Amino acid sequence: MTNSPYTPGIAPARLDADTLAGNFTDLHHPLDDHAALVAADRCYFCHDAPCITACPTDIDIPLFIRQITTGMPDAAAKTILDQNILGGMCARVCPTETLCEQACVREMAEGKPVLIGQLQRYATDTLMAKGVHPFARAAATGKRVAVVGAGPAGLACAHRLAMKGHDVVMFDARPKGGGLNEYGIAAYKAVGGFAEAEVDWLLQIGGIEVKTGQALGRDVTLDGLQAAFDAVFLGMGLAGVNALGTPGEDKAGVLDAVGFIEDLRQADDLAALPVGRNVVVIGGGMTAIDAAVQSKLLGAETVTVLYRRGREKMPASRYEQDLAASKGVRFIFNAMPLEAVGNGSVIALRAEYTADTGNGLQPTGEVFELPADMVLKAIGQTLDGAPTGVALTGGKIAVTGAGRTSAKGVWAGGDCAAGGEDLTVTAVAEGRDAAEDIHRELMA
Amino acid sequence: MADLSSNFLGIKSPNPFWLASAPPTDKEYNVVRAFKAGWGGVVWKTLGEDPNVVNVNGPRYGAVYGADRRLLGMNNIELITDRPLEVNLREIKAVKAAWPDRAMIVSLMVPCEEESWKRILPLVEDTGADGIELNFGCPHGMSERGMGAAVGQVPEYIEMVARWCKQTTRMPVIVKLTPNITDIRYPARAAKRGGADAVSLINTVSSITSVNLDTMSPEPSIDGKGSHGGYCGPAVKPIALNMVADIARDPETAGMPISGIGGVTTWRDAAEFLSLGASNVQVCTAAMTYGFKIVEEMKTGLSQWMDEKGYASIDQVVGRAVPNVTDWQYLNLNYVTKARISQDDCIKCGRCYAACEDTSHQAISMSADRVFEVIDAECVACNLCVNVCPVQDCITMERLPAGTVDARTGKVVSDEYANWTQHPNNPSAKAAE
Ligand SMILES: Cc1cc2nc3c(=O)[nH]c(=O)nc-3n(C[C@H](O)[C@H](O)[C@H](O)COP(=O)(O)OP(=O)(O)OC[C@H]3O[C@@H](n4cnc5c(N)ncnc54)[C@H](O)[C@@H]3O)c2cc1C
Ligand SMILES: Cc1cc2nc3c(=O)[nH]c(=O)nc-3n(C[C@H](O)[C@H](O)[C@H](O)COP(=O)(O)O)c2cc1C
Ligand code: SF4
Repeated sequence: MTNSPYTPGIAPARLDADTLAGNFTDLHHPLDDHAALVAADRCYFCHDAPCITACPTDIDIPLFIRQITTGMPDAAAKTILDQNILGGMCARVCPTETLCEQACVREMAEGKPVLIGQLQRYATDTLMAKGVHPFARAAATGKRVAVVGAGPAGLACAHRLAMKGHDVVMFDARPKGGGLNEYGIAAYKAVGGFAEAEVDWLLQIGGIEVKTGQALGRDVTLDGLQAAFDAVFLGMGLAGVNALGTPGEDKAGVLDAVGFIEDLRQADDLAALPVGRNVVVIGGGMTAIDAAVQSKLLGAETVTVLYRRGREKMPASRYEQDLAASKGVRFIFNAMPLEAVGNGSVIALRAEYTADTGNGLQPTGEVFELPADMVLKAIGQTLDGAPTGVALTGGKIAVTGAGRTSAKGVWAGGDCAAGGEDLTVTAVAEGRDAAEDIHRELMA
Repeated sequence: MADLSSNFLGIKSPNPFWLASAPPTDKEYNVVRAFKAGWGGVVWKTLGEDPNVVNVNGPRYGAVYGADRRLLGMNNIELITDRPLEVNLREIKAVKAAWPDRAMIVSLMVPCEEESWKRILPLVEDTGADGIELNFGCPHGMSERGMGAAVGQVPEYIEMVARWCKQTTRMPVIVKLTPNITDIRYPARAAKRGGADAVSLINTVSSITSVNLDTMSPEPSIDGKGSHGGYCGPAVKPIALNMVADIARDPETAGMPISGIGGVTTWRDAAEFLSLGASNVQVCTAAMTYGFKIVEEMKTGLSQWMDEKGYASIDQVVGRAVPNVTDWQYLNLNYVTKARISQDDCIKCGRCYAACEDTSHQAISMSADRVFEVIDAECVACNLCVNVCPVQDCITMERLPAGTVDARTGKVVSDEYANWTQHPNNPSAKAAE
């Protein structure tokens, strides 16, 4: 090994291959049979359970946990997948600490919720390991639906439509399906090529054709899709990224966090990935956390997250913050970037403290400089390439009801549609619900 | 510090915790370990006549589990000792000589013939053992040979065998009763009539713990077949407590010493048996589950509790709860309670609601924000909500003070005692005097 965390600038292979492999293994060890039974036994089988209400896809959590308790993980998986066809991925990436597990009465009682996410993973992994796909298609309807974007929203929509007997064609700009499951989610949350395996498993339902490398606006148009299909679903996510708008943004080493993560997710060899010695991540969401943690795991010496507001305002949950802190990531709150300093390549980030005056964020005048060979921008994604013909609101596609856009016969869901949190599970719920609505409409 | 020493039929032991006749007491090695661990006495694994019986050579125990594989109940298809009589007698003698302060009881099961009993008793006497226990209990294997439960289920046989033994030996005679009968008082009375000094109960309950749904064989499975076995452990405690109380309350047997057995796992279980009239307790499954060390917890727990309650010795505890065991018809119908939910303790699981709404009296309301409240006009005070609530003391039963109106019946609550025998709905009611 030639490089180390102390190698100046941006360099690959700061850690040896074994350490890298260890750093990027499963965040949580999967539960084994016994651990699952013990964890499942803690569920109280609540009446009208608050965990169900808290789940965007309304999974009947107490029922699936009871099915685990009685030795029927396959039946439990079916209960989960009935509501959420990407239940396997959601079990890994959902911020359960702000969803079902926050609502769990045992969180209120003891501060220790039932391990709903890990139990869900146990059930779905058990079923998927058998290669079983427990859904079959209804009789063919002869209807055809186009789905743009093969991320969680598009996949959930396509699967539900296929199940109802419709034929689906998916168009995705990228070379692989899966959306951010494949290109965005932190590597240690979905190890072992799970995203790809899940897509393959999902497609076992049949009746779904996936056309990759097909971008709406480049290779196909909305008009064309409307003409060729009975309905169109838009699940194109947020392909654009926000710019900082500060001087020095064009310097080498100032990168988009999503692009950095995408490279990491697609890397065959983690040791080939370059990372800065001193990394500064700007932002406060999951992307910022993931970029920071993974920089650290790649061997950066220092990683600092710079967030312009206080900790309590940070979109990333306390759990995510603590995870990052446990990996050695430092947080600086109430500070905003002023300038990426450097001669060609960035060498430092100049920043200034802020105060929430009640009248917006105001700079305090206190300026400081952080050494930085790499600055990762994670200040939000934007809708890019939305087709003309659908109305937008707040930069996203406006929808009413179960994802109906302003254009007749066009639905939208997931990150690209207004409303709902930008989460995998929310995208699944919206895709599924739009499919039900499309089905009703087509069969009316 | 409370005095835990026990005197059962004149048999002294440093504490009231004995190991029941079973594998833990099957040989010198185990019993010496038990005494070193602090057990007050043992009832040696049941002896029979030579040639010794043989056990199955496959699994002999089945299990019922709670959370985290906690053993709630166990059953067995084991027989009495499968070692030669002479070996057992020699070891009993050696252990008793080495541990004179511990109780040594020898459990016996021989054919229901007088010569058999007369033949074995002098041999046991010669070991220096403190007493004998007649095993009329095993529900499996031995009963098919006319022994064990086959005797225990016929009061006349119990009386007869007890009498033979009393006539033959100086040793105190304890009759161990099987629970596999309809009314435990009949065998207990028969034991008393036969002159037995005490009864011990319960032996194991006839049972099938589970069926293997792949092979369709009951468990434990021997080559694809299973046989009913004897159930024991925490699950059988309620059955045993009731039977002990029945005998303690029965005018014909009241005062006869009882050794309480069945599911004793902690000091608390032991204290409950004592309170219902047992003078000591015997333990099997708990020791088989956790090892001999548990007696440490039993002794310290019982001692601490007795100190807190001001009981100086075991006999002050024995039978304390017996006067409060009564028949249903004498329960006070003017004792009116309502469930009360502590909103501070409630964790909003809604189990009380589901239970009451679906299966009881629709007496709990649920608001949109998950506040659960008792509707007094519907609450019959059944206690189901208390039982299903996962939070201890969150739901309690509170008595309505005399003079208040029960919203369900519209009647003013009286502080007078009135039971079913006096109730107007009772066709054979006697007017209260
Ligand atoms: C770094 C990062 C980490 C995250 N971590 C988590 C997490 O841990 N947990 C969680 O719940 N959520 C997380 N999220 C959010 C989550 O990934 C998204 O909310 C979710 O993927 C949205 O699904 P979607 O189907 O709407 O969009 P996407 O997953 O973005 O999928 C959109 C798809 O559309 C395709 N597409 C885009 N434009 C076009 C076009 N013009 N033509 C054709 N195809 C197009 C894309 O290639 C992509 O495949 C994270 C997001 C990021 C960026
Ligand atoms: C494996 C096993 C073997 C037993 N063998 C005998 C026996 O030989 N003689 C006897 O009187 N009781 C026997 N018993 C019954 C126990 O002595 C005891 O009465 C019963 O298990 C209930 O007590 P517990 O719940 O503490 O186990 C046996 C119990 C078990 C579990
Ligand atoms: S809230 Fe918790 S305890 Fe209640 S049903 Fe859901 S997982 Fe079970």
